[in-house]
Amino acid sequence: MSLAATTGGLAATAPSGLTGRGAALAAETHGFLSPTGVEIAFLLVGLVTFGAAIVTVTTRQLVHAALWLVVALGGLAVEYLLLTAEFIAWVQVLIYVGSVVVLLLFGLMLTRAPIGRSPDADSGNRWAALTVAVAAAAALVWVVVDAFRTTWIDLDGPAAGSTQATGASLFQNWVLPFEALSVLLLAALVGAIVLSRKAKAEPTGAAGGRGDTPGPARTAGRALAGGPAAGHGTPGRTRRDGARADARTDDARAGRQADNAGAGDKAGTEGGDR
Amino acid sequence: MHLAYPAVLSALLFCTGLYGVLARRNAILVLMSVELMLNAVNLNLVAFDVWLSKAAEETLHSGQALTLFTIAIAAAEIGIGLAIVLAVHRNRGTADIDKLRDTAEGHGTEDTDRDALTAAEAEKAEATA
Repeated sequence: MSLAATTGGLAATAPSGLTGRGAALAAETHGFLSPTGVEIAFLLVGLVTFGAAIVTVTTRQLVHAALWLVVALGGLAVEYLLLTAEFIAWVQVLIYVGSVVVLLLFGLMLTRAPIGRSPDADSGNRWAALTVAVAAAAALVWVVVDAFRTTWIDLDGPAAGSTQATGASLFQNWVLPFEALSVLLLAALVGAIVLSRKAKAEPTGAAGGRGDTPGPARTAGRALAGGPAAGHGTPGRTRRDGARADARTDDARAGRQADNAGAGDKAGTEGGDR
Repeated sequence: MHLAYPAVLSALLFCTGLYGVLARRNAILVLMSVELMLNAVNLNLVAFDVWLSKAAEETLHSGQALTLFTIAIAAAEIGIGLAIVLAVHRNRGTADIDKLRDTAEGHGTEDTDRDALTAAEAEKAEATA
């Protein structure tokens, strides 16, 4: 209770100190029960976004989760547009909807996720997770609403997030972090390549074994096929050899699939970092 | 616009992502939930930046710059994260994070741990010999 009182007091003093305008005056000029058109649009798009996010974390179909994530991220881009942050909105569309979701779909495909409903998408602690999430949501919403009850965003005038404003501030005041970020992206690119290559070195070791597996597998298969007819060797031994050869060919097939996954993974990470 | 609208939406999205991170079992679904949480933070940053750029005459646009940085770092994170998930899937044959219990304590994996330990020790002794 004391927390709410302090945050409320903080919020009541903050805007008046910042704008030089009293909070009571702000509350008089804006009405709680007369939302503007922008607020109604924000509310509707926000409901769609929140619903899509809920479906993303609860659906049992993995590919549907990725597609609902597109809806949620696109809704957030519309919210950025409503907040007059145009550049961020288009960056959101380009990077999240354009590449991150595509990367996630690639990952789902390469880990051979089931197309239909998978019963084990949720783990056993979902009720504990639900409790934690609802408690956190209640606490956060309560504190935020109580703190910013008398705060309004002024959306009139020139856009606060136009490309001109964002670019000027980014290249006047934020050049050094910007350059550091490019180094970080390079490090991430190299790291992704290293991760993919080191994992690829093992299937090539298995591929060396794969080169000689057809030999024994073929002879064992011939022994299995011709065993009863030719009658050399005991039948039990022949069958065991055939089973071992089958296991070996299974190994080789798994190695080949891992190889393919490695190649696709490299392409995917390169696309994402670009 | 009332500042509570974007703030509340951002809080709800963050908690949705929190639920997803805690409740999901597939590693890629966990990564999707992490993306939701990062986007909630981005929405908060943009809303407060737009508010402060008018209310406090703040011309640095720090919120939007931080949002761009967060987006870039999230792109790097998803690339590295997917590379790790695919490497785990290649080695273990699963992307199920409940089955990756090598570092867990007291779940009956002591035998395999001891085996791995003795194998590592034997390898080391072989290397030193």
